[in-house]
Amino acid sequence: MAAVLPPQAAPHEFLRARTRWHPLEIVFWLSTLLPFVVVPEYLQLASQIAIAALFAISLDLILGYAGIVSIGHAAYFGLGAYTAGILSKHGIGEPVVLLVLGAIVAGVVGYASSFIIARFRHLALIMITLGICLMFYEAANLAGWLTGGADGLQGIKIGPLAGTFKFDLYGKTAYSYSLIVLFLCFLLARRLTHSPFGLSLRGIRENAVRMPAIGAPSDAHIRKVYTIAAAIAGIAGAVLAQTTSTVSLEVLGFQRSADVLVMLIMGGAGKLYGGILGSIVYMVARDQFSGINPQYWYFWIGLMMVLVVMYLPNGLLGGLEKLTARWRRSPT
Amino acid sequence: MSETVLATRGLRKNFGSLVVAGDINIELPRGARHALIGPNGAGKTTLINMLTGMLQPDAGQIMLEGADVTGLKPAARVHRGLVRTFQINTLFPRLCAIEAVTLAICEREGHARNWWRRLPVYRDAVDEAYAILASLQLGADCTRVTRELAYGQQRLLEISLALAAKPRVLLLDEPAAGVPRSESSALFQAIAGLPADITVFFIEHDMDIVFKFASRIIVLVGGRVLVEGAPSEIAADQRVREVYLGHGKHG
Ligand SMILES: Nc1ncnc2c1ncn2[C@@H]1O[C@H](COP(=O)(O)OP(=O)(O)OP(=O)(O)O)[C@@H](O)[C@H]1O
Ligand SMILES: [Mg+2]
Repeated sequence: MAAVLPPQAAPHEFLRARTRWHPLEIVFWLSTLLPFVVVPEYLQLASQIAIAALFAISLDLILGYAGIVSIGHAAYFGLGAYTAGILSKHGIGEPVVLLVLGAIVAGVVGYASSFIIARFRHLALIMITLGICLMFYEAANLAGWLTGGADGLQGIKIGPLAGTFKFDLYGKTAYSYSLIVLFLCFLLARRLTHSPFGLSLRGIRENAVRMPAIGAPSDAHIRKVYTIAAAIAGIAGAVLAQTTSTVSLEVLGFQRSADVLVMLIMGGAGKLYGGILGSIVYMVARDQFSGINPQYWYFWIGLMMVLVVMYLPNGLLGGLEKLTARWRRSPT
Repeated sequence: MSETVLATRGLRKNFGSLVVAGDINIELPRGARHALIGPNGAGKTTLINMLTGMLQPDAGQIMLEGADVTGLKPAARVHRGLVRTFQINTLFPRLCAIEAVTLAICEREGHARNWWRRLPVYRDAVDEAYAILASLQLGADCTRVTRELAYGQQRLLEISLALAAKPRVLLLDEPAAGVPRSESSALFQAIAGLPADITVFFIEHDMDIVFKFASRIIVLVGGRVLVEGAPSEIAADQRVREVYLGHGKHG
């Protein structure tokens, strides 16, 4: 047992422990390097998973932390993807610059929408977020001269990363790049969730009525996190455009919004790693199931969703946490 | 009498044809310990909702420290020192007590905008949160999640959150609602121990407690102030007796 702390030190220690890196976190991030050696033939998939995980983290910031429901989050993913894709055709080849521009465009649009988002909750939000995404989808469809419309964007030219690493067929550069971007954005999201601002977001999620009664500007908080989440979603979209050299309308599609929601909720919302875990399970399952039976793979995903929500209300990660807690409590 | 801190002028509110506030004029001097009593449905909570801006009155004005705050948003009134608690627990179920109170302090101090520095860096905020919780006997349980606290502890956390906003005027909506009598007097003891310059306006049904802790009592019936006076005057008032006996309440 540690030395007995004076009572007023206990809360400090308690709060500090929450922000500390858990050994399992370090193990997890090291294991993200395993695909390079263990399954080098799957690096393209690994890259897709990292992008999906980043997208899920951006949704987690608004849904898992602030409790803002969105089923139209693909709007920002798609904006990032189209921005990176279109600008690459016009001579901006440097991947990192495109990434930043994708984030800015998605962030600016996110900021503009956030004024509507902050005023509503629950069902109304579902309609609004979906509506915004549908409008962007149709706008991209109509603006064929710019986006390529239903045929997809043609002629994307992505320069080598840092002027050296070309995006190869096997996905080595792609996965390295996606993983680095994921990790950096994760670090940012982790800082955010451990900050006073992150605590206020959880306050909004837990009780939106109490927040104004303690003097909190909930609307301003929501606008801020929504903008940040949109920018990160834009980065995820830009990485997809760069690593696959394709952008089609699907990046703005309802399916993509729904998929990320499923990954996040299945993995466990409100803990960052939940979205990552959900993405891994979902994408690997899709890869495997659709290999066996391409038409019916949504049947299995559907079943998985029902079972997870029924038995693991806090998602797969919540279930794992419960398991380890029980294991730790039982006498060894 | 000392200066008025909170006052209403001709406050009115109807829900359809139901009059919940009909021309309410009250004045609370600095440091007051006033009680608001009245039968169920008299409009007590509605009055607090209007004072704090959670409900817009149909007519009338609310003056805080001499300024008209009728049009201000709830959060803006909190910044000016007008803070409330809720009759029905309005807490953050999955936050720990220490997190919840630290949250309120960070909002007050403007730390809540910071999304880069870690929460434990704000040592003063955490210290202050702990001191508030400890003063309400929640120190030992401060790292427990709100929804796992006993009901009586949750009522204390209601008050802790309000105190964290550093109120100049504290509006308590039945702080002891649902708390057994044995505990409620300890709770009011804590309220009585608040700094003398904080104005306290509380709603309470238990007449023993009201007479013990209130220096003045306002009786609200059917959305109107029936009578206002010192406890001894209220106790002797025939109309108050009728209202309360008529509703089977404490006489
Ligand atoms: N939003 C609303 N819409 C319609 N009627 C309402 C609303 N809020 C309250 N009322 C009604 O207004 C009346 C006053 O309610 P209020 O909650 O202010 O009473 P109260 O004095 O606090 O009662 P209690 O002692 O039960 O807490 C009640 O009849 C209630 O049903
Ligand atoms: Mg009431």
